[in-house]
Order: sequence, then structure tokens, then C-alpha cells
Amino acid sequence: MDQSATAGAGHHAPQSFLRKHVFSLDHKVIGKQYLDLALVAVLTGMVLSWFMRFHLAFPNAAVPVLGALAPKSAAGGIMTPEMYLALMTMHGTIMVFFVLTTAPFAGFGNYVLPIQVGAEDMAFPRFNMMSFWVTCVAFLVLLAAFFVPDGPPIAGWTAYAPLSAVGIDAGPGMGLGMTLWGVSIAIFCVGQLLGSLNFIATTLDLRTKGMSLMRMPFSTWAWFITSVIGLIAFSVLLPACILLVLDRVGGTSFFIPAGLVISDKLQPHSGGSPMLWQHLFWFFGHPEVYIAILPGFGIVSHILPAFARKPLLGPKVLIACMFAIGGLSYTVWGHHMFLSGMNPVSATLFSVPTLIITIPATVTTLLWIGTVYGARLRFTTAALFCLGFVSVFVSGGISGFFLAQPSIDTYLHGTYFVVGHFHFVMGVAAMFGIFAGTYFWFPKMYGRMMNETIGKWHFFLTFVGVYCIFMPMHYLGLAGNVRRYSAFTDDYMLASQPLHVFITYAALFTGAVQVLFLFNLVWSRFKGPVAPVNPWEATSLEWTIPSPPPHNNFGDVHPVVYHGPNEYGMKGSTGDYVMQNSPEKLETT
Amino acid sequence: MEAVRSAPPSIPSRTGVWVGIAAITMSFAAYTSALLVRQSAAPDWQHFQLPPVLYWNTVLLLASSGTLELARRRVARDGDAAALRSGLMLLWLTLGMGLLFVAGQVVAWRDLMAQGLFLATGPSTSFFYVFTVLHALHLLGGVVALGVANRRVQAGAGVRALSALGSASLYWHFMGALWVYLLLVLTIKM
Repeated sequence: MDQSATAGAGHHAPQSFLRKHVFSLDHKVIGKQYLDLALVAVLTGMVLSWFMRFHLAFPNAAVPVLGALAPKSAAGGIMTPEMYLALMTMHGTIMVFFVLTTAPFAGFGNYVLPIQVGAEDMAFPRFNMMSFWVTCVAFLVLLAAFFVPDGPPIAGWTAYAPLSAVGIDAGPGMGLGMTLWGVSIAIFCVGQLLGSLNFIATTLDLRTKGMSLMRMPFSTWAWFITSVIGLIAFSVLLPACILLVLDRVGGTSFFIPAGLVISDKLQPHSGGSPMLWQHLFWFFGHPEVYIAILPGFGIVSHILPAFARKPLLGPKVLIACMFAIGGLSYTVWGHHMFLSGMNPVSATLFSVPTLIITIPATVTTLLWIGTVYGARLRFTTAALFCLGFVSVFVSGGISGFFLAQPSIDTYLHGTYFVVGHFHFVMGVAAMFGIFAGTYFWFPKMYGRMMNETIGKWHFFLTFVGVYCIFMPMHYLGLAGNVRRYSAFTDDYMLASQPLHVFITYAALFTGAVQVLFLFNLVWSRFKGPVAPVNPWEATSLEWTIPSPPPHNNFGDVHPVVYHGPNEYGMKGSTGDYVMQNSPEKLETT
Repeated sequence: MEAVRSAPPSIPSRTGVWVGIAAITMSFAAYTSALLVRQSAAPDWQHFQLPPVLYWNTVLLLASSGTLELARRRVARDGDAAALRSGLMLLWLTLGMGLLFVAGQVVAWRDLMAQGLFLATGPSTSFFYVFTVLHALHLLGGVVALGVANRRVQAGAGVRALSALGSASLYWHFMGALWVYLLLVLTIKM
């Protein structure tokens, strides 16, 4: 259990290829491994969404390549409705777990947090390595579902019982594929629990001299709060997945009711509660939204002042808001279940905190806007993605006000309104946070600058693209366009078809634009201009050490911190800012 | 710019164990709430007699917490070789009692199986096996931690060994408390 000696003294730089690049204990390597895993996952998830969008727009046309990939479930390239559901399930699962959780939290958090608090590594480097490889195994187990005879599951990323619990009778993919899903997510939970444990212990115990809690950078605060949320959330999802897998392979009846007939077969189970799964799942599921987005809050709050050359407005308020969001996130899960047969009193009890949680979220947004108000903003790509983050978070957040009310949600819940809402507020916003973090920390991670011109094209085209995809979905939802259908070829839905075609073109375009990002990522890594120690004139500790940092970050010494991370607009020896480890006194410019 | 060549003062292993305890507590809270919901979901809950060996196992586990605490205090006595030796003996005893507890749990499972009560027999037996098997797995984690601490103490009772032993002890005592809680739930609900 004890790894403190390793953590305190740091571990020696490994020499072999395996220990250096594969089974590394170095938090920086592990952070990059998480980001690489997320990159593979996001490309996989994006291709799946392309298949879905193509079929939605042109239900009678062959989807390119798909016929060869899945000759059974997409004969001639035209997918069956079950295949559509399988793609939807895998898209959602891959994106939520292996992209939105791993990249902003485990990826950037691993790389940056120990340096920002002045530590040589994470508190438990071996657990940290295990955390990544366990997550990697979880991803491979999930992908294995593509290669089993019945294909991937069709239960959606929420895997609602009882269909997710009964086996192959529930449809193609609901045999081994669904079991692999449950096993994969259970393994994933273990990986994230190990990660959360590390983040909490590192933040509490390995802060360097002078790094009081209130001097921690906002990104570190966000990762810390996220790890507390994750610790609780994944501790509940893990039992839920174990019980689900036991229902499937152990013959138990936790979630399967008595007398259930599926595919004309009476299921040999009795007395289980499908609602129990929903409660356990959403007790994790709603905080998961904040696990995805709070690191984005931290990244934006860390980056914006550096480019606004102004201190972040209300730093203590921001931290209080993040705590409030974290706490309230555990009181709102029932709003995902308004349509599951909920007592109206219970619905109100879940609706009220859902509306209250919008207050700290709104305050945070105002703090960002207040920070850039009147500032001479340096329009770097990272700054643009931060502004884009605020924009899509507000756009998606506003539709949340509607959905928080049971009476309105009853109409909108099963429609594209919800698809547009959560893609904006959780998906695209978190992705913009990831992009901002990448453009900001890439010079530190690889010692080379990314190309700003390509970066700006990447931002503007992506920004326009995501609005073209997800904003129309809100109108589709208001018009009653149901979600989860593989095609809209019948009567009243036909009118929505042109908008679906438009969204599909926008999705293909936005996806293609990401080639700019990939090119920039690879080209800059080898050919970009050499990065100085502190290219952005930022204040936190990662900008005091070489780019890329040495194995033990600070070269066998622990830095001493004298200031908070928010000292912009000051008169310092290096310019209009004062580094956290600079002993000079503050003087406002 | 000033820098110091000292290691940070705090010991993360203890924080790590506390965080782990929080996660395990949350996890068993989820199982307990699942039990309560499942029991009220349908009238198919069957009561059965808990195997008596469980109570002996409980005594054993609580006693092992006592021997561990004695061991920890003796090992911590600075420069006392005799105390270190008896501390090590007590540590081995604790490890043995922990393994005996798991063996006792296996006896309890075999007892139930002999009565025809398996994992899938009914919701009450399902929860019994889930609770007891998961607790035993967590306890085996504690056995590994105690083994690591034991090895470090044998190598010399320095700060590193004492820190490992302190963290492992905290986890072990929690395992005992968790088991008492689970036994209470099982006694009431089974």
C-alpha cells in the first residue's frame, strides 16, 4: 500500500524502452498515454457517428465502407435498425467514458497537476500506471464487442435494464456483446478510482512549500474537485455493473422482474427492479457530466487570464461555484428519469436542485465574461477555444433550464432537443476544453510550438460546424422529432428530413476539419518551432521548468511558492505578471 | 527564485487509505441501497439461517485488529529489539488470522451450498454472496498490504516501514468495522 517513499523521493529515470514509454511510472508519460488513448477513442467514436448521420440523411443509400465492415448487419451498406442502435451505443459509450473522462481529467490532469503543485510525481506512481493500463484494457474489452458473432450491444450508453440484463433474447448484440460492455465499464471504474485516489492524495499531500490551497492554479482545483466527484460516482457505477453482469451470467434477479416475456420467451427470473438500475446508473451518470466538464472549467479559468493579461474575476467565487456544482451534482440524478414513472413530488424534488445548479454554473460563466471584458485579449488558438467553450456551454446550458422542468421534459425528453443539449453542454464544451488545453500545454509537453494559423482555421471551422450540427437539433426536438430512430421515412417525420440532411453534411464537414488538428499535432511535434520555457508569459509552476520537463520535473529540488496563479496585470521583473515562485513583491501596473 | 532540497512533509499513503476507505464505503452503501430497494420490489425475499461460523469469523477478525494494534505499538518502540521481534510475531499472527477468516467464510459458503442455497437461488442469497465475497476480496487486499508492511518491518523499522504499517493497520481496522456492519445488515435482512 505504501508508496510514499517513492512519491516523496521521486523514482529514478528508467532506461529500458518498456519502462520509459510503455509501463512508465512517470506522470507525464501516463498523461500522454491517456491523451493518445482518448485520440484513438475519439476518432473511433466520430467515425461511428458519421455512419449514423449518413444513414439518417440517406436511409436508402449504401453507407460507404460499412457494407464491407459489417456484411451481416449492413448488407450492401444499408444498416439495419439494430445496427444503428449498436453504433449509437458504442458511440455514446466510447465518447463519454474513453474521451470525455480520460482526456480532460486523466490526460491533462496527470500531466499537469503534479507540476502545478510542485511535486516530482503523483503520490502513488504504480497505481497511476495501473490506472492507465486498466483503462486501456477496458477500452479493448469494449472494442472486442465489435468482433463477437452477434456484434456490439444495442442498449444505448445507459444500458437500461431489464433488456440489458436478460441476454440474447433482447436482440442482436445483447448476448456476449452486452456482457463485454458491462465488464468493460466495471474495469473502467477500477481504473478511474485508482486515478481519483492519486489526484486527491497528490493535491493534499505533495504540494510544495508555499503552495497553500488558495495558491493552487484553478485547473488543479478543478481536477481535485473532479476527482472527488469521480471517487463517489465510480464507486456506485462499479457495484451497478457487477450486479448487471451477475444478472446476465450468474442467474441472479437484481434488475429483471418476474413474468418478463421477451422474444416470446418467459425469462427465468423473478422480482428484480429495472428502476434500481436507473437509480444506480444515474447516480453516477449525472455527476459524470461534471466529471467531463469541470476540468474544462479549470482549463478555461487557467488559460483565459494568461491571454487577457488580467487576473481572473472572483477566484474564490469560482472555486466555491465548482464545489457547489460538485455537491449539487449528487442531488439531481432523478431528472434523467422523469419519464420512468416518477411520483410528481419526487420529480419536483429533483427539479428544484437541477434549477439551483444552474446558478453556480451561470456565475462561473459571468466570471469568465467579466475577466475578458475590457481586456486586451491575445487571440491565440487556446484563447479562442476558451471563448468557444464559454459560447457552447452557455448555448447548451440554456436548453438545460427547459429540461429541468418535468412538465416540459415530458415532451422534450425523447426528442433531438436532448441530443442537441447534451452534445453542446457536455460533449462539444468538453472537447473545446481539450482543444484549449492541447494548444496551451503542447509546447510544454513536446518542447515545440503548434502552428497558430492552422490552429485558428481549426477553431473557426469547428466552431461554425458544431453550431450547424447541434443547434438545429433543438428545433427538431421542439418540432417533435424523436431520437434513437434509425430513419425518418414515415409520414409526419418526413418534413424534418431536409434538416437532417443539412446536419449530416455539417457533421461530415466538421469531422473532416479535424484533419487540420491532426496534421498540426503531428507536424508540430517534429517540425514546430522550438518552444521557450514560458511562451505564454503565464504564472504557474509548469512554466518555470524546461519544455519538455525533465524526468523529475524540478531537477531534485522543490520550488518555493510565494504567490497565487492569478497575478496578471502586475508590475513584475519579467513583465506584466509575477510567477508563482518569484519572491518579488506584488505591484499593480 | 528559491528552491529547497527537502521532501514534502506529508505522508500520502495514509491519505490514500482514507480515500480508499471513502470509495469502499460508498460502494457498500450502493449495495445496501440496492438490497433495500430489491427487497421491497417483490414478495420473493426468502429468509434463511446465517451459518454460525460467521460469528466465529467475526470474533477472529476483531481479535486480529487487536493483535495488529499491539504489533504496531511494539514495532514503533524506538531501539527495542525484543519489542520489534514480538511485534513481528504479532504481525504474522494477524496475517494468519486474516487468512483464517477468509477460510472461515469459505466454510460458510459451503455450508449454504450444502443446503441448496446458491447465488441465484433468491435475492437474499444473491446479496449474501455479493456482500461476503466482495468483503473477502477487499480483505485479501489488506492481507497483501500487511505482507508488504511485514517485509518492510523485517528490513528495519524505519519511517518507511512504520508508515506502511500504519496505513495497512488503518485499512485492516476498517475491514473489521465493515464486516461488523455487513453482518448486522445480513442478520437483520436474512
